[in-house]
Amino acid sequence: MLRSTRQRFGSVAILFHWGIALGVVALYALGLYMDELEYQDPWFNSAMELHKGLGMLLFAAILARWLWRLVDVQPVPLETCSAFEQWSARVMKAVLYLLLVLVPLSGYLISSAEGQPIDVFGWFQVPALISGLPEQGDVAGEVHEFLSNLLIALAAVHALAAIKHHVFDHDDTLRRMTFRPLRFSSRE
Amino acid sequence: MKQRLFVSLLLGCTLSLSAGAAWAEVERYVIDTKNAHAFIQFKISHLGFSWLLGRFDRFEGQFSYDPQHPAASKVEVSIETASIDSNHAERDKHLRSADFLDVGKYPKARFVSRSYAEQADGKGVLEGDLTLHGVTRPVTIETRALGHGPDPWGGYRRGFEGTTRLVLKDFGIDYDLGPAAREVELFLSVEGIRQK
Repeated sequence: MLRSTRQRFGSVAILFHWGIALGVVALYALGLYMDELEYQDPWFNSAMELHKGLGMLLFAAILARWLWRLVDVQPVPLETCSAFEQWSARVMKAVLYLLLVLVPLSGYLISSAEGQPIDVFGWFQVPALISGLPEQGDVAGEVHEFLSNLLIALAAVHALAAIKHHVFDHDDTLRRMTFRPLRFSSRE
Repeated sequence: MKQRLFVSLLLGCTLSLSAGAAWAEVERYVIDTKNAHAFIQFKISHLGFSWLLGRFDRFEGQFSYDPQHPAASKVEVSIETASIDSNHAERDKHLRSADFLDVGKYPKARFVSRSYAEQADGKGVLEGDLTLHGVTRPVTIETRALGHGPDPWGGYRRGFEGTTRLVLKDFGIDYDLGPAAREVELFLSVEGIRQK
């Protein structure tokens, strides 16, 4: 089923979720790695190219996920979850959505600070729409680093919460974001 | 700083007024950074294969020049290190970082002259102290007086060019860019507008 239902996420949402999750973790690790590289390192240039290219593709995936969300059905919170769990899950989701846009945007503003486009694997270029702001590259760099750390920390909390529901509460929180059958049959 | 400049200008005006026309006046110039007739460019080898060129976009300075006694000339320039520009956003960010200029900690570089010697052909040697990356060291700049005279807009201008070489490590910048890139060449071109 491509679209989500009130009970579970559909194939498109599931692929977006895990694809973006994988991309975020990979780009975070790559970012930490390339930040430590010396100028003479064989990876000095290609690590940056890879980070920028993948970052722009992930940015596009996130925007596509937002668009898909507009036409997709939103699964409702599980009835077994407390009011606090439902509220905190909603807040966490909103903050993660926001960070998923702000992190690539701040990264984009580093590279476009002096008007050069961002090259995506020689495939296409993302033009520099905003450049020349005062200290743009340095400020965007600080913001990018801070928000990336925040995103990874919150994503870890988000993942731990899902694992808690799966292992301790034995509910369908995690299962309904996978292709596996639900534990509790849905009451349509 | 501004106040000191103002006082010295005021003093200069008063002195020149009282000295009268019989004595040669020390001419005071403000470097025309406002309309960008002054440049601080650098050139460093890229791996020994080619040159990397860049410049500092924001700086200010002034100099005095006595046509009768050029040796009495003085110059002072202050550079905003964060204004480094090599036409590449990520490289410039790296150059501003603690690996190189550390502009958060050392926002200004400064040159203050100590002595100046000028030959009849206009070539000269300007010695002074350069403070860069928090380190002050003597540098020698080879100069050439390019020209001077009234400009078309009612002012009077005087221009020089200069070159010097710096060993980056001398200024505590020891990031490894390879053996070919341990020194940086500076090319300076300044035009001063005479102050009345």
